[in-house]
Amino acid sequence: MYPIILLSFFGVVTLFLGFSKSKNILLPATLFFLLIALAGNFAEWNKGPILYFYDMLRVDNVTLAFNGIILLSTFMIVAISGGFQDNADSEPAEYYALMLFSLVGAFMMVGFQHLIMLFIGVEILSVAMYVLTGSNKRNLRSNEAALKYFLMGAFATGFMLFGMTLLYGATGSFKLEHIQGFASNMPAGSQSYILYAGLLLLLIGMLFKVSAAPFHFWTPDVYEGAPTIFTTFMSTVVKTAGFAALYRLLSGSFTGIYGFWWIVVAAIAVLTLLVGNIGATSQNSFKRMLAYSGISHAGYLLIALTALSKPSQNAIIFYSLAYSLSTICAFGVLMLVSKEKTIEGQPNEYYDAFNGLAKQNPLLAFVLTVSMLSLAGIPLTAGFWGKFFIFTSAAERGIIWITVIAVLMSTVGIYYYFRVIISSYLKEGDLMKIRVAPFYQAILVLATFLTILFGLAPGIFENLI
Amino acid sequence: MLTLLLILLPIAAGILTLLSGERLAKQVALVGGLASLGLAVAVWLQFDPAAGTQFGFKYAWLANAGISFAAGIDGISLVLVLLTTFLTPLIILSAFNHTYKNAASFYSLILFMEAALIGVFTATDAFLFYLFFEAALIPVYFLAAVWGGENRLKVTFKFFIYTIFGSLFMLVALVYLYYQTPGTHSSEITAFYQLQLAPAVQGFIFWAFFIAFAIKMPLFPFHTWQPDTYTESPTPATMLLSGIMLKMGVYGLIRFLLPIVPAGMESWGLFAMILSVIGIIYGSIIAIQQSDMKRLIAYSSFAHVGLMAAGVFSSSVNGLQGALIQMLAHGINVIGLFFIVDIIYSRTKTRYLDQLGGITQSTPHLSMYFMVLLLGSVALPLTNGFVGEFLLLSSVFQYDGILGAVAGLTIILGSVYMLRLFQKSMFGPKSKWVEGFQDLTASERAVLLPLVIMVFWIGIYPNTFLKLTEPAVSQLLQLVNN
Repeated sequence: MYPIILLSFFGVVTLFLGFSKSKNILLPATLFFLLIALAGNFAEWNKGPILYFYDMLRVDNVTLAFNGIILLSTFMIVAISGGFQDNADSEPAEYYALMLFSLVGAFMMVGFQHLIMLFIGVEILSVAMYVLTGSNKRNLRSNEAALKYFLMGAFATGFMLFGMTLLYGATGSFKLEHIQGFASNMPAGSQSYILYAGLLLLLIGMLFKVSAAPFHFWTPDVYEGAPTIFTTFMSTVVKTAGFAALYRLLSGSFTGIYGFWWIVVAAIAVLTLLVGNIGATSQNSFKRMLAYSGISHAGYLLIALTALSKPSQNAIIFYSLAYSLSTICAFGVLMLVSKEKTIEGQPNEYYDAFNGLAKQNPLLAFVLTVSMLSLAGIPLTAGFWGKFFIFTSAAERGIIWITVIAVLMSTVGIYYYFRVIISSYLKEGDLMKIRVAPFYQAILVLATFLTILFGLAPGIFENLI
Repeated sequence: MLTLLLILLPIAAGILTLLSGERLAKQVALVGGLASLGLAVAVWLQFDPAAGTQFGFKYAWLANAGISFAAGIDGISLVLVLLTTFLTPLIILSAFNHTYKNAASFYSLILFMEAALIGVFTATDAFLFYLFFEAALIPVYFLAAVWGGENRLKVTFKFFIYTIFGSLFMLVALVYLYYQTPGTHSSEITAFYQLQLAPAVQGFIFWAFFIAFAIKMPLFPFHTWQPDTYTESPTPATMLLSGIMLKMGVYGLIRFLLPIVPAGMESWGLFAMILSVIGIIYGSIIAIQQSDMKRLIAYSSFAHVGLMAAGVFSSSVNGLQGALIQMLAHGINVIGLFFIVDIIYSRTKTRYLDQLGGITQSTPHLSMYFMVLLLGSVALPLTNGFVGEFLLLSSVFQYDGILGAVAGLTIILGSVYMLRLFQKSMFGPKSKWVEGFQDLTASERAVLLPLVIMVFWIGIYPNTFLKLTEPAVSQLLQLVNN
């Protein structure tokens, strides 16, 4: 609850700070705001479930854990944004304010108990993202990406609203618990097609936001076109919030009709895994590969949703955290390298930009390697345990076949994640020593450290939630 | 506690090596390797074969889920730990011949590899086993990919993906088994032994494990990564792969496949046995035709491991004991042979048999060591290979006479390719490549001498090791037969 109020306020403050002459204050100020929000977030830890806004928002440890991941990711992303100093056209105050505002939307998605709250949350988050995607105003691809994202996103929102109205029609309420009550108390053998249709349409809208196949077509283009820093934001914060919302929705309202939707979600999970992993293998651009890898990770998370068993909640939280840390590292190194190697003034985001990275920049190469190993799910990294918990959640439910598919796709994943490791360690290149700001470096090292720490001791969170 | 020390010591030594700089790295690494060996020997001296798993430790890892960080040593683990710690310092010492760029990283990777291997052989928790099983792959991948030959990128990539592919299936099987354990679930390997699984399920689990271990060893037809990887890797990495890492596969068969899915063994064991025997013959025939010495030994290793697997699949005392003693013998022989190839290569710059010849004329020491290791490898009585092959072949015979007869061809075929290797390289007219060939240096002898001593020790008095493993093996077989 505190972070929602705090960040709304801080967002406005940040906008006003933009009027001041010295732009240098923006970055530390935003970081400071995020820290306060983080503290405010965990101030409610273990206070038990509290309901706000006429029971429309629920704050419990699960909410706080997701919020924590979102705030931590945002903190890291803001820290490596470098204040947007290198582009004269940029409006750092607006960007930071939009990021803070969008977090408010993300928190609503994480804690919603009422479909209207979900809708508002999704819209707050999305509108901010449309703007940030197009923030590189003079770059055609950025503009194209924003337009694509906006048009497709508007469609998805339409589906979502339609789904919500149908759910309302079927159950007479927007509240999760009422829908749950309706869905679990349907007389045996009866069908409520309006309820089913409503759920499916709502799912389509949500799955679009987390870029699950077959609603993923926007992802590669938007990820590639958007400025890298906002791509990072999109692939970590938006995805975490999206899955938190999906988990709340399915576990909060639809466990009664599990038999109906699980096969739908399972099919989408499998399709997403196939599209993401196979799509990623044929990319030559590292950034585009990460977009497809984001799709594939959505597939793994969908497995936990398919199973919706006891370990699912933990699996989604842990996976989101592991995935966010590694993604931030990967994009962080990409930003440094692509700035160093340019093609006709544009940053080079292809694999070959990384050739010979390890020679002059052993630390960056190490950070990149750990993040790739974690994304690929190799043991001793957080990513392995993420996948492990996902697999256990499916096994608990007794769905082994989906795990086998996921395992096959993980093998495919190794192929494309290792390409960049091979480039940086084993290929010759002319990359010079890259100058990295100490703070930037500290964030990368911190994320790498956490990835290894959670890889060694995944039990840290075990008793927390 | 001693087990934990055994795992941590090489890691600590590896970190020290990394910090000690380029010039001191190899000495530090050697000391670290020797310290591990000393510790392993101390464990051996205190070890009581009848007392089951010893020196264990267990820390909660995911306490609520019953997953723990647990390891301990029984007879089977002990011989493999001894093998690992015995060979690692020799591998490090054998690398002194070359100057590797980034020596600190190079030697520390070898030590990290050692830690992971000891972890694999001692883990008593299935997920810890899996963790080390995968973790062992990373150092050796980098060893091969950074310091390997020209074609290394493609080859090591294939190797990595191939082996990960296999072990992920094992992960699925482990997760499944874990959820079958009663109560709050446990991932202790012994808890898996207690499971009563339906025969159809056992079939699936059998295959999941079989593929993982068969790729690691490798067995026919999963071996295609092996010859290229062995050839392209720098010799120390090849030694790690062939001398120790392939034993992870055999060890996995013994520890997981036999006791957990006995019914799966019953329905699929013959099939697996046939694959193993095909591997023996196929590997031997290809080895006979190789002209690259490193490739030849790679294929011979492939043939030998087929026989070990066949012994394990016979699920008899002789088979398991034979496989264990043969793992020791094979590790010792193959490392010696790879080292000799490396010595010849470093002096002549060629590994091709057609270009070599007449080396004996100037090298009495090299010839002698080479001959002993080679005789061990072709299983001459009183050498280490004989004990293992004898036990293994007798177990395969008991299982099925025809298969035993076919597998028995390995003795003849083995002699053919090994003696051909020796004859073509060492005898005959002196080729222009071997002009001015120097005999062994002191450090080279320091590597070969312990190996040769072990060849005879195991050959003449195998009981030193057989009696260590016997109680553990018969206990395991009791589980299988129930």
